[in-house]
Order: sequence, then structure tokens, then C-alpha cells
Amino acid sequence: MTDDIRAAREGDWVEIEVKLLDPADRSANLPPETAEKPLMMWVKGFAEGEAAVGEELAVETITGRRVVGTLSAVNPGYYITYGSPIPELTHVGRDLRARLAAFRRQEAGLAPGTPASPGAPAEGGER
Amino acid sequence: MASKFDAIMARRGEIMRKALGMDYSEFELSPIAFDYERMMGAHGYSLDEIVSIQTRAGVGSTPLLELKNLTDLVRSISEPGKGARIFVKDEAANLAGAFKDRRASVSIFVAKEKGYEGVIAATSGNYGAAVASQAARNGLKCIIVQETFDSRHVGQPEIVEKGRICESYGAEVVQLTVGPELFFHMVELLDVTGYFAASLYSSFGVSGIETLGVEIAREMEHLTGAPPTHVVVTHAGGGNTTGTARGLECAGATDTQIVSASVDLSGLHMASDVDFNRKSFTTGHTGFGVPFATWPDRADVPRNAARPLRYIDRYLTVTQGEVFYITEAMAKLEGLERGPAGNTAMTAAVSLARDLPRDATVVVQETEYTGAGKHHWSQLNFAREMGVEVRAGDPAENVPGEVIVIPERIEQIRATDFDLARMRKSYIRNALRNAPEGYAPTSDDIEFLAADTKSDPDTVEATIAELREG
Repeated sequence: MTDDIRAAREGDWVEIEVKLLDPADRSANLPPETAEKPLMMWVKGFAEGEAAVGEELAVETITGRRVVGTLSAVNPGYYITYGSPIPELTHVGRDLRARLAAFRRQEAGLAPGTPASPGAPAEGGER
Repeated sequence: MASKFDAIMARRGEIMRKALGMDYSEFELSPIAFDYERMMGAHGYSLDEIVSIQTRAGVGSTPLLELKNLTDLVRSISEPGKGARIFVKDEAANLAGAFKDRRASVSIFVAKEKGYEGVIAATSGNYGAAVASQAARNGLKCIIVQETFDSRHVGQPEIVEKGRICESYGAEVVQLTVGPELFFHMVELLDVTGYFAASLYSSFGVSGIETLGVEIAREMEHLTGAPPTHVVVTHAGGGNTTGTARGLECAGATDTQIVSASVDLSGLHMASDVDFNRKSFTTGHTGFGVPFATWPDRADVPRNAARPLRYIDRYLTVTQGEVFYITEAMAKLEGLERGPAGNTAMTAAVSLARDLPRDATVVVQETEYTGAGKHHWSQLNFAREMGVEVRAGDPAENVPGEVIVIPERIEQIRATDFDLARMRKSYIRNALRNAPEGYAPTSDDIEFLAADTKSDPDTVEATIAELREG
């Protein structure tokens, strides 16, 4: 992980933060919780000089635009995850497969517990 | 400041005209009506040419799969003789993983043809990935403007993933906090760069979806001997419904019922910094579905090519918990691990198919890729972190932003019909409001409003009279 790097050198891939609109300049009719906040922007690019996090820095974005802002991260990563399985969903596959197998036995006029189609898994649909 | 914001917005018309490479004023007929079909055909490409553009772009001809396990499961909870056959168009097989590739492939082709150096799109959805991917193939520069974070800089995981994939395709991703002023910044970027506005709502993009409707009609004829009786479409901005329905019509499937479906997010404000990370869905929800259907021209083009009320026969809403349940079920029963967008329509299809006869055929017309951030486990874990309660129970108790209730049994999945008459009335109210004060609609306007709401002139006139009294 390189997110803990606190300063950028020229040419580093970095993210900068820019305040686009002060609360007073924002659109009318916003809910109060939005209206009281500035409109903020983040964009990534190659550092045009040296700066510590929180200091002003110009970057050249990947399309070649020059944007000036405050250095917010050096080589920032993506830390989205799946997380743990959801307990309220873990039974779904098991329950539905069992239900499907029971339905197919019933449709085939077979007694509960008999496979609907011997040799094929009860839940296996053809394509 | 009589700010940067006002200065840019004052020049909005001129900037957009340059960026769209198209003058919409030539389609205007009156303060209310415009020539929709002429606008849709103005790009000059035939359906065959669009198919050819898409084939070269790695887009289209996705598999149409019959879901026999899901169908039998639905039959197991249906009345005797009920339980339609369910099919899905696996749009995740497109180049960048969603039907949005159909839109982007045509927009990027046009941008390249017209000689633009780059493209800009404002989107927090799969359209960003689609535009970035097609721009990469065509050597065009690409900027995607996203609403990504709340004011604490906490990102919606699905949008963070979409930002990642855009950067992976070489796009510049401009990420903003919550608010409609995103549009202002996009216009500012178009002005500075001179790039093409690859709007989701241009006729280029929406024409690109027509091929999906055509494929569905033809493939169902091949598989079952007839076009589908019902197509279920996840509905947000309206392009998906519009393009698919137009394609079906074009292939002669005029009896197919168009059923649009959205996740119910009623009670949440789309511009709220607090609600933003409590939605658990970034698209396919009523927060886009209702306002865009009832006033399509709120979009970033002068006239929106996506006009869903022209085509919708039924509009169903489902709850967040129901969609998560079906997303899990699709992976376990059908081997299809896909994202939330298509599974919204799939959830509605389960409810719909249950009430239809066994010989009816229901096609869910899209899937989308999934992965960390987009996955239903990511969303539910994130919802819990944001303080939303997640529990098992009766999905009727689901309250957007407060509690996500995951069904305990498949029987509990029941879509709700949204009142289309109310939506049509609301559309007509908006059309009148956007005309100059005191303007009296002509008979041509009435005809236009009837076509734009899949209604008839008498109903439109009655609605106008009612609105005037009320």
C-alpha cells in the first residue's frame, strides 16, 4: 500500500482536491444538508512539482489538462471489497435448490424423496 | 460570486451545440412539440449500419439464456397453469460488461467521425466504463464526471468501482461530492476541452440500444417461434426502455408488452448529502425513473432521445431487499453472478411471471458485470456501515435508507404497480410549465403529448382541463 506516502515528487501519480463551489454559490433548492457544504472535486494526474499532502500542487491529468488543487493522496488505491457473506442470504441457495427439487418430483408425479430424473442432479436445468 | 456557475450556465446552449455537433432547434415545432422521429433519424445511420458499428466495437449478439430453474421455482409458487417461461439477455457479455456499451459504441463512432479529439460523459454508472472502453479502442481522450462521494469523502462502493474501471480503460475520472451542479462542471469541461458530449440521452446513444430489442425479437422467434409476450426493462433515465421498445417495434414485435422496473427509493432525496450513501442502489431506481419519465427534457441535451412514457405498458417497483435476494438466487440457481441493474428487472420478472400463464414468455433484457463494490454483499455490508438496518423478514417492511428487509421466502417477492396515469398527468403538467406562460396548446401539441405519453388526444385534453381547474 502506498496511500500512506505523505509527499509527492515531480512525476508521481497523485490525487488533488479542489473546491469547485462555496456553499453560497451552490444551486438553489438543495436540501439543507447539501446546501451547507461546498461542492468538492478530486482528480488524479502526474505531479508537476513537489508537495506534501495538504499543500497546493498542479497536476497534468491523463488527458493532458492542467489542474491546480491541494495534494490529497499519492498513488491512491481502490479499497472496495466484497466483505463477509451476508447471513440473511447464506441459506438462499440451499433452500431454493431443495424447493426446486421437490417441485420437480411433484410435477413428475413421484413420491417425495425420489429423484425427478434418475442420473441427473435434481436442480440441473438444461440449456 | 455572480459566479463561474452563472457565467457557464448562461453560455450553456452554445457550448452544448458545439459539443453535440448537432443543432436541436431544427426539430422544434412549437413551445411544446418537436419532431421526435426526425431527431432520432438525424444521424443518418440505418439499423444495419449500427449493427455493423457495434460488431466492430465488440458489442451486441449477446447470449439469450432460458432460465429453466428460475421458471420452475416460480411455477412452484404459482397457481396451477401459471408461471411464464423466463429468459435473460446476458448483456454482461458486451465488451465493458453492460448494455451501455451499445450506447457508447455509437456515440464514440460519431465522435471519431466528426473529428473530435476526445469525449466527455457525466455518469456514475456503467456508461462511464462503456465510453472509456470505446474511447480507448478509438484512440480518443476521455473524461468521465462522476458523483462519487459524500461530503466526508466516503465513496459509494459501486461508483468507486466504476471510477476504477474507467481509469483502468485510460479515462480521466473527475469525482465530485453530491449535487446537481455536476452538470455545470461537465459543461465547463466541454468548453475548455472542445470534446464531444457523449450524452446518455443523445439520439446516437439511444439508437444504439435499438439493436438489443431487435436481437431479443429475433432470438425469441428462433427459440420459441414467436417474439416474447413481455420484456422487462430496468428503468432509470429511460434510454433502456426507449431503445429496447423501439428495437422490438422495428423487428415487428408490436404485441410485446413493455414492462419497466425500478427499485423503490421513495423517501430518499437524490441531492441529499446524507441520503447519498444510504441508497444501496446507484441506478435503476425510482429516484431517476420517475423524474426522467415525467420530464425527460431535464437531461443534458436540449431534447432527450429517451422518452419512456411513449413505450411503457406497465411500471413495476420492487424493494431493495427483494433485489438482493434475487441477485443471490440467480448465482445459486442459474450460475449467473451479475450486478444489481439487470437483477432489478429480474426481480420484477419473478413477480410478473408468477401471474402469467405457462405459455407466456418473459425476457429480462439485460445483465451487467459485478465485482467488488458492485456486488450485493459489498452493498449490504456498506449499508450496515452507514447505519442502515439489514434484516430478514417481510419485504413490505423495507424502508429505503432505514431498513433493508431481505425476504425469507421467494413467495414474499411481489412487485408493485406504479400508477402510469399519474405519471402521464405529471408529464403533461411539466410540458405545460415549460412552455411560455399563457401559451395555449394547439391540436398538434395535443397529438404530440398523446404520442409522448402513449395516450390519446381526448385523454390529453381531459388532463389539461383537469390541470387548469386544479
